[in-house]
Amino acid sequence: MITSDPTASQTAGAIILHVNGEKHALTVDHRTTLLDALRERLDLTGTKKGCDHGQCGACTLLVDGRRSLSCLQLAVAAEGREITTIEGVAGQGADEGELHPVQQAFLEFDGFQCGYCTPGQICSAIAVIEEHAAGWPSAATGDVHPGAPPEPLTPEEIRERMSGNLCRCGAYTSIVRAVAHAAEAGAVRDARDEEAAA
Amino acid sequence: MTTTLPTTTAFGTSRTRVEGREKVTGAARYTGDIPLTGLAHGSLVLSTIARGRIRAIDDAAVRAMPGVLAALHHLNAPRVDGDYASLMGMAPDPTVRAFQDDRVPHWGWPVALVVAETPEQARAGADALVVEYAAEAHDTAFSAERADAYGVDGVVPATLAKGDEDAGLAASAVVVDASYTTPEEHHNPMEPHAATAYWQDGRLEVLDSNQGASWVAEDLAKAFGLAPGLVRVRSEHVGGGFGSKGVRVHQIAAVMAATELRRPVRVAMTRRQMFSLAGYRSPTAQRVRLGADPDGRLRVLSHGSVSQTSSVYEFVEPAAAAGRVLYDADAHRTSARVVRLDVPTPTSMRAPGMAPGSFALESALDELAERCGTDPVALRLRNEPAAGPLSGLPFAGRNLLACFEEGARRFGWADRDPRPRVRREGRWLLGTGTAAATFHAFAVPSTAAVTAWADGTFTVRIAAADIGTGSRTALQIVAADALRVAPEQVDVRIGDSAFGPAWLAGGSAGTSSWAWAITPAAEELRERLALGADIPADGLTVRSDSTAALAGQEPAERHSYGAQFAEVAVDPGTGEVRVRRMLGMFAAGRIVNPLTARNQLVGGMVWGVSMALHEEAVRDRASGALVGADLAGYHVASHADVAHIEADWVDDPMPGDPIGIKGVGEIGVVGAAAAIANAVWHATGVRHRQLPIRPDRVIAGESPDA
Repeated sequence: MITSDPTASQTAGAIILHVNGEKHALTVDHRTTLLDALRERLDLTGTKKGCDHGQCGACTLLVDGRRSLSCLQLAVAAEGREITTIEGVAGQGADEGELHPVQQAFLEFDGFQCGYCTPGQICSAIAVIEEHAAGWPSAATGDVHPGAPPEPLTPEEIRERMSGNLCRCGAYTSIVRAVAHAAEAGAVRDARDEEAAA
Repeated sequence: MTTTLPTTTAFGTSRTRVEGREKVTGAARYTGDIPLTGLAHGSLVLSTIARGRIRAIDDAAVRAMPGVLAALHHLNAPRVDGDYASLMGMAPDPTVRAFQDDRVPHWGWPVALVVAETPEQARAGADALVVEYAAEAHDTAFSAERADAYGVDGVVPATLAKGDEDAGLAASAVVVDASYTTPEEHHNPMEPHAATAYWQDGRLEVLDSNQGASWVAEDLAKAFGLAPGLVRVRSEHVGGGFGSKGVRVHQIAAVMAATELRRPVRVAMTRRQMFSLAGYRSPTAQRVRLGADPDGRLRVLSHGSVSQTSSVYEFVEPAAAAGRVLYDADAHRTSARVVRLDVPTPTSMRAPGMAPGSFALESALDELAERCGTDPVALRLRNEPAAGPLSGLPFAGRNLLACFEEGARRFGWADRDPRPRVRREGRWLLGTGTAAATFHAFAVPSTAAVTAWADGTFTVRIAAADIGTGSRTALQIVAADALRVAPEQVDVRIGDSAFGPAWLAGGSAGTSSWAWAITPAAEELRERLALGADIPADGLTVRSDSTAALAGQEPAERHSYGAQFAEVAVDPGTGEVRVRRMLGMFAAGRIVNPLTARNQLVGGMVWGVSMALHEEAVRDRASGALVGADLAGYHVASHADVAHIEADWVDDPMPGDPIGIKGVGEIGVVGAAAAIANAVWHATGVRHRQLPIRPDRVIAGESPDA
């Protein structure tokens, strides 16, 4: 799509990026961030550039399942990592048009306005729900001793854990409702799956 | 033709956004997301002095860098005309005159554009460009005491006055005389300004992130001396604007480079560059004097404001205007003055004038309530005017009292102990506060086209913008109701200047202005179809222009209103202020789509939290530059700053509007910071008259004598 192809030299390198289950071979300028490689080279523009400084969270995506700021890492350093962008969060097995439960909740609860921070918010929220389920504490967690019983994913927990993702439109209350709803729905689903397995 | 007549109208029912699926899947293409073959990238170079001249630009080395295609600056850039009449006859932002001469009027002024094959190469070129300056002494020192402040009419008159202020104060049993300041604040929409320009078949095509495509297209035609029909601007999705996304240097630079290189060029501002190129809200220094009878009835309302502008533009922040609507008094004086400094040019920012002005006026009203021993809500009820305080015009739908009454009931205001500093919860002092809100409601002439198709579907075309407001969805509802069909049958196309002139997403007048144009076209189309009109293969189209209809409006005071309530917790040890809950009760016309309207009103209140506690751009007087011009140095409210915020509304159909609507984009900001500041007083007993209410200011307030 983008025609500019820096000639391989001391300032460029050939890499293979694993994005949303697909391999992409490309030659990138060593200065190219993962964010720019996705946007300008692979036409995956769902990941947004809000500040290019790691201060706003708009470029959040999942690297090996964990949320990560794509503006703060070089594309050449992302080789061999499993990268999931907003275009891939619904899963490779998802039917055409099927949404991830967090995407669905953002849609239903109007968890956005202009939509520019939304891909980052959604990627962050997916990871927040998983981090909480895995017992990772946050600054809002009451008891952080090892082995402490799990605490519910309260609105306060969600707000604390989502604070790296700015929304200038101020849609925070809708976002928190959407994340809480998706987390509950996921918990219900997990319990049902466990029951079915038992 | 078969159409399904809905049994109920869509108006007033919550509907998710038309483009919602695209936005949650990353499929929505914002300006910088649209790929083009042969796209080149431009990177702006900004001045590093606050005043002076460019002595030399040595671009030879940069032009020789890998991938660099051009370096444009005042010595070689195409000429533009920056003296044309823009929106409402006003002069365009001065950065449209970038690269025209060697003058540097402020720090961060655009001095060059480096264009290259890739973004990395363009940025490296811009970083490497050596610009030599002849610096001159600059002055960026804004203060209330500036002797060179002068009165100037902006979008509203500088001064409106009646009665004898001094005599009124002498006759008043209670007098409040207080000074307030608000800092320089920046819009910071999440999507940085970006434009891609290219020539196609002799026409200039511009993909751009803006608040009004037809406005930008008209301005670009004037600036570059092109016939109006030769410029087309498209803005399908826009990542926020808040007043900052008008005609600015990114479009000008992209057009220049595309014209020089004859290939598509994209220019995006960096976040840091936005702090000097995208406009901002001026700092204000305000003085409010209130004189009242013992029961709080106002005899005097005097509100003066000073704001700053640049040396190359006269922009006035009309901060004293709120009092012209909210309260009457025998002696009534509101005035705005401005100081010209060597700073970037300020512009309208969400609730211009009203946001900083309501902080001062509504804080002063709270002080008056305290002095009179009157409940703050009762004080507002007591001072409700019968007609426009200065205009004498009747109010078209004034429901401020209903907002206070219903808001007070839901917030639990009746149980409030008025005494400050008597509620404790561990280390926290608790308090509640309230404030009134108002914002003008109007509509501007616009054009629209509505087309019926043989399959029973319809297309609406209007150069509207959806910057996150939900306007695309609201207009679908409006059109569907006028056509008496289901919203799903209506496709709304916006963000394209080819659809003809239309008002922009601004002034809280977007949806109302666009609805004034869409409604009659849709109604006429419905009537024609009902009379058996044939639908040709290319559709049956009715066009409309609301100019004549709006010119026939009776003069009246048209505004939205609101009552803001806030509960805060203040830690007097650390100075931390937490807003625990807020309730905003609004009278903002009939609500088209409750889901998105509530979101927008709450978003405005989040801006109030941000303004009250966080936002402050600090200008270094030695360099004339901002300190920490990024989203770490300039804090906007984050998730953790926003707890329970609720917005709702009272029934408030707008008289005279075809569908009874006003606007919801800005009213949520107004009064919110005052309600928080008043709650901080109620918690601590200390009045904070300077925003933001930073921890150090709270701590200093704990020991005023230290």
